[in-house]
Amino acid sequence: MDGRVSNVDYVIQQEYRAPTTPAPTRHTSAIAKPGVKPNLIVLSWITPVVLIVVWEALAQAGWLSPQVLPAPSKVLRTAWKLTLSGSLLNDLGVSLLRAAAGFAIGGSIGFILGTLVGFSRIAEALIDRSVQMIRAIPFLALVPLVIVWFGVGEGQKIFLVSLGVAFPIYINTTLGIRQIDPKLVELGRVQGLSTLQLIRRIILPGALPSILTGVRYSLATAWLALVVAETVGAQSGLGFLAMDAREFLRTDVIVLTIVIYALIGVAADSIARLLERKLLAWHPNYGKGARS
Amino acid sequence: MSPTSVTSSESAVTVSGLTRAYGPRVVIDRLDLRIGRGEFVALLGESGCGKTTLLRALAGLDPIQGGHIDAPGRPAVVFQEHRLLPWDTLWQNVSLGLPGADPRKRAAAALVEVGLGDRLDDWPRNLSGGQAQRVALARALVQEPRLLLLDEPFAALDALTRIRMHVLVKELVARHQPGVLLVTHDVDEAIALADRILVMRNGVIASEHRADTHGGPAASRDQLLRELGVATNLQVA
Repeated sequence: MDGRVSNVDYVIQQEYRAPTTPAPTRHTSAIAKPGVKPNLIVLSWITPVVLIVVWEALAQAGWLSPQVLPAPSKVLRTAWKLTLSGSLLNDLGVSLLRAAAGFAIGGSIGFILGTLVGFSRIAEALIDRSVQMIRAIPFLALVPLVIVWFGVGEGQKIFLVSLGVAFPIYINTTLGIRQIDPKLVELGRVQGLSTLQLIRRIILPGALPSILTGVRYSLATAWLALVVAETVGAQSGLGFLAMDAREFLRTDVIVLTIVIYALIGVAADSIARLLERKLLAWHPNYGKGARS
Repeated sequence: MSPTSVTSSESAVTVSGLTRAYGPRVVIDRLDLRIGRGEFVALLGESGCGKTTLLRALAGLDPIQGGHIDAPGRPAVVFQEHRLLPWDTLWQNVSLGLPGADPRKRAAAALVEVGLGDRLDDWPRNLSGGQAQRVALARALVQEPRLLLLDEPFAALDALTRIRMHVLVKELVARHQPGVLLVTHDVDEAIALADRILVMRNGVIASEHRADTHGGPAASRDQLLRELGVATNLQVA
């Protein structure tokens, strides 16, 4: 894919985008010798493991106050207890549902607007400037306003997540459509494709790598938005669990929620990568047996 | 060289008074041309003489400013680049826009014809340049076009692959009998393939050479090069 880009401000867009040639780290470097790889993986895990062991030892020795930072083992025990009582799964479920709802709403809005702007210069003139202006606001700055509008109920959380999700998807959809090789579109015309077929067979598949990059970035934003929304005020969910624990100085519960937030972030990213591998099997940088 | 095709009375395309202009600049000037079914016509000319413009007009890719193009059915085009969709497998690429039942079976048959019958589900990225261009050829021929437009389709291939493609194209055209318009820079290619060679200059067809009835070459290399403004006697001097 080459660098033909519209007059949409490309420099600003870079922040949401993967490097132009996706060279994801999960692939082995072309330079690395085959035999060296497993050792490096083991090596890369040594530091985090050592850090956790040291943390545990310090806590056990009593040098770390449990109210400042509880031992990892204590956090694990708390996780187990909360799981048994059902409250952890319940709050986790509530949070995931909010993220999913916000993602669906924001993603759809971003995709539809992005598609319109990608296809039509008129739509771009009508829509793009406003979107870029709203995007210039750090969306978390809207939190007080959103609370005035929605209170601290579900509406506020879903709205914030949608807002965070919509922009990366919008930008990458637009860009993906604009980057389609016009020669392939011309081919579609020569082969007698209708406009609908042209979109289905050529334009959307061509824009998909970019759209999926948008999905991956928006998953991260969605999660961040949710953390903030739930921390500001909630009666359920992971953020509520953390804020409730704060009142009772239950640092173990707070650390647990932080760890869960992190794990879910990692899981979401893995799912997005899996999607890329499935849907972009044709792409030299993604599919199975990719040679990179 | 054997006579591979006979000019039939049936027309693949008839062009009369075709005019194409970019603003005030006239690129094709009241051009007349008829290509019969099964006839292989090569169009030679210097860069910028309007030969690709003519092909694009015949393909329906550009609007024309005057005249008529009478071509029954949609012409098929093979471009200089293969233009395969990287996200579609080879059979999906070949069947792109193909109407009718069982596209996979028909695409498979076309791929067999170009010697890639065992690569139906492969991706374009695993093909060499020559193979990719063969798929593009299959994609054009599977539509059974009355008119086949070739826009320097072999220009980017290495010399040996190009010769193999010449043989293949000649074979396929003999079998499917479309009228062919080949736009090329390559005088030898034109001589090897064409029943009729047109030399285009300043938006009109400046000269025309026909192969004799025994299928001999339509024109000599020196003669064509002279018409294209290349002084061949330099080598002698």
